[in-house]
Amino acid sequence: MRIQGMLGAPASLLALTVPAMAADRAAIVDTYADIAQAGYEDSLVLARDLQLAIDTLIAAPSQDTLDAARAAWRKARDPYMQTEVFRFGNPVVDDWEGKVNAWPLDEGLIDYVDASYFGAEENAQAQLNVIANPTFTLSGETVDATTITPALLSDVLQEAGENEANVATGYHAIEFLLWGQDLVSDAPGAGNRPWTDYAQGAGCTGGNCDRRAEYLKVATDLLVSDLAWMTAQWAEGGAARTAVSASADAGIAAILTGMGNLSYGEMAGQRVKLGLILNDPEEEHDCFSDNTPQSHYFDLKGVENVYLGRYTRTDGTEISGPSLKDALAEADGALAQTLADEIGQSLAAADALRTLASEGKSYDMLLQVGNAEGETAINAVVDALVTQSRSIERASTALGLAGVVVEGDETLEGTGEVFQ
Amino acid sequence: MTRTLRFPAAALALLCAAPPLARADAGDLRDLHLPLLPRTAAEAARIAAVTAPARDFSAPERFEAKPAGAATVRARPTADAFSDPSANIGLEGRMTFNLGNGLFTKAWVSAPSSTKASDGLGPLFNARACQLCHLKDGRGLPPATPDEDAIGLFLRLSVPGGPAPETALIPDWIATNPDPVYGGQLQNFSLAGIPAEGRMRIETTEIPLTFPDGEAIILHAPSYALADPGYGMPAPDLMLSPRVAQQMIGLGLLEAIPAAEILAHADPDDADGDGVSGRANIVVSARYGAPMLGRFGHKAGQPTIEEQSAGAFSGDMGLSTPLHPSGHGDCTADQSACIVAETGADPSDGLEVSQANLDLVTFYARNLGVPERRGAGDPEVLRGKEVFYSAGCISCHVPKYVTGRMEGKVAQSFQLIWPYTDLLLHDMGEGLADHRPEGRATGAEWRTAPLWGIGLTAQVSGRESYLHDGRATSLIEAVMWHGGEAQAARDAVYHLPKEDRDALVRFLGSL
Repeated sequence: MRIQGMLGAPASLLALTVPAMAADRAAIVDTYADIAQAGYEDSLVLARDLQLAIDTLIAAPSQDTLDAARAAWRKARDPYMQTEVFRFGNPVVDDWEGKVNAWPLDEGLIDYVDASYFGAEENAQAQLNVIANPTFTLSGETVDATTITPALLSDVLQEAGENEANVATGYHAIEFLLWGQDLVSDAPGAGNRPWTDYAQGAGCTGGNCDRRAEYLKVATDLLVSDLAWMTAQWAEGGAARTAVSASADAGIAAILTGMGNLSYGEMAGQRVKLGLILNDPEEEHDCFSDNTPQSHYFDLKGVENVYLGRYTRTDGTEISGPSLKDALAEADGALAQTLADEIGQSLAAADALRTLASEGKSYDMLLQVGNAEGETAINAVVDALVTQSRSIERASTALGLAGVVVEGDETLEGTGEVFQ
Repeated sequence: MTRTLRFPAAALALLCAAPPLARADAGDLRDLHLPLLPRTAAEAARIAAVTAPARDFSAPERFEAKPAGAATVRARPTADAFSDPSANIGLEGRMTFNLGNGLFTKAWVSAPSSTKASDGLGPLFNARACQLCHLKDGRGLPPATPDEDAIGLFLRLSVPGGPAPETALIPDWIATNPDPVYGGQLQNFSLAGIPAEGRMRIETTEIPLTFPDGEAIILHAPSYALADPGYGMPAPDLMLSPRVAQQMIGLGLLEAIPAAEILAHADPDDADGDGVSGRANIVVSARYGAPMLGRFGHKAGQPTIEEQSAGAFSGDMGLSTPLHPSGHGDCTADQSACIVAETGADPSDGLEVSQANLDLVTFYARNLGVPERRGAGDPEVLRGKEVFYSAGCISCHVPKYVTGRMEGKVAQSFQLIWPYTDLLLHDMGEGLADHRPEGRATGAEWRTAPLWGIGLTAQVSGRESYLHDGRATSLIEAVMWHGGEAQAARDAVYHLPKEDRDALVRFLGSL
């Protein structure tokens, strides 16, 4: 079976191919948008908690306030990861996502790094260390960074030199500033930045503690404003909600597109399998904090949320409504249950990584060459995701969306969209 | 330029039975890399009709807005516009694509290291990662200032003459060899303890140019030299060729055009007397061991994406693959510290980049999507398109093709594509000449650059920069550099009224 990418499928095409269905597809898309809105709003609320914790850290640096800020960051990741399923099917999300979750990064752009760190010397920005350098040269231009501003981070430093590794904003930049580099990958333990990196005056370690605090503050404020913007896009009348609701069938296609691409290419491929191919502890999504198993788990939880039309908010309340599973159950009841079970198996496999981490076997250790237990545990996630992706493909066919989610030379025939 | 089909498909089919390494007269080039099915007569007629040059410029042509057919992607308004996978490769294809992307963006490190599978960089290299030159999967940039290190631009090196096995196989092959000390290209970075080869020194002269209507622009004319040579003086007859990293979009579709249909545009002796020739580069494939049509690189020196990728792994990053098995990359015997340095070869296959990983990167490079056109129906764009046709640009920047129909479900199969290139070599005049032959390409010839996506250059790479060394900072500047076979087309544009000149640039910007 061939599948085609599904972004921007024309509504006219769908009208030709979709059989009438009893399940109210518009209501399913509404549930989906409601979950998106709630998920981004929860992310925003917890990012504001993180902002408060970071303000406290900066005002009164100590091990306690640093620990509290780290805990707030971890909590803030949980709802955000559940929104990743809204990528791939929604252009509004795709064009925005890099600002908040770009990865991996050349952290030497931001702050000091270990002397053995191999930031690419020909990535002129990999050793830029903006925290230590109030003025610097970028592509032949002198940049005045005496004051660290949102514009400096998002317009000048983010992807400086058009290099994707130059990540200056978002969760991972903040993560680096809270944890520092994780230099240990053969034993438990995340990055170990001392709280004194934020001590002002004589106790300052790492140099430039005032500018480090300023950078952390600005990066956190930007995260909050970016999440506020995205929450608004999913509110009634917002651009993302309007776009996905324009056609119920295109909306269903967007849901399947996000589920399929996140499960297969993004999670199973780039985030999980690649690390095994390279046996590289750097290939760990939340590499400074060693939060990776948790973020993987909630990423996959997001897939389940949109499939079941049910999301448990961070305050415990539940959003639920007509679901994709309902529609699929009408078309193919066995497949609807199979897909639910398979998503559950993926979650169980990701949960097993959390269990290993709690036993002191952190994700970077699992990626080590010759760690058979790690390879088995990580491969179990890949295999479960691949299985679930196949069922997502079948679901798209069962729902009459073959021309959109599943490759459709035949379906495209005669539509006038492309030469056949 | 002639449209006569000089190498009909039937003749090619007969020649398929020829033994490998038969002398490659330009007619017997086979698409050894494609599982091609023969065109049916009905298909050939449809293709001829749909690829005929446009005559009506009052509205866009059917399918024109999707330059890569079913592989076309949404035109993102961000720097990610060249980074989406082709739309028709499916979920499984996207998985492979993402793994390839991971390798494409991966920064390689020196051996030995704890990251066993991603070590082996160098000892000499131009960059640690593919994406450091192919910025956001787009064009590389020349240094912005004279003291900035060159990364997205490097120098190819060679000396004239010497033994060349190809001369017996390929007509009009111009024998050259790598510099005996510096090898085939200048690597301006090296691992600790190993001298770098030197720096590229660029001196730029500004040449004012005034159009008949009074508008003035500046052309930037760079000259190149090897500065601070790390291994003594290079050969006295050393030839340098500056090369900027190319954009990555649509490569699999260019690879899927049947060679016969590219050769149909060739007119090596300018038999039709229009001043435009079009010659095929022909190279011996490292994969297939036989002469093949050169398609990739600024002088079409590589026949397939796999071979282009393997060449870049070896030459640009010093990483071995099955096609270039030396872990020392472009080191020569005279570079003693380099040739004895530790490599990152894996004990299982003796390679730094396995065939499996080369396959991932090749798949990735084959499947970067071409964004849909912006404003194809805009009246000024359509006017610019008419200017593009009437000035003769399409003699080389051939607008459209239908890729070969292939066995199996291949995403590149039978797509109507609009790359605006003939993939052939043309004499571009003294102003652009590097005076360094490559294969059959003379020191004045370059392969016609595909124009799809060119309007997104600044959005993707960060600033406008065109031509083989990135010297042109605007599209009109790039057009004005055209000489040689393109002189007449360039002169036609030069004499256009300003509004037509602007319309032409607007059309190019919509590609």
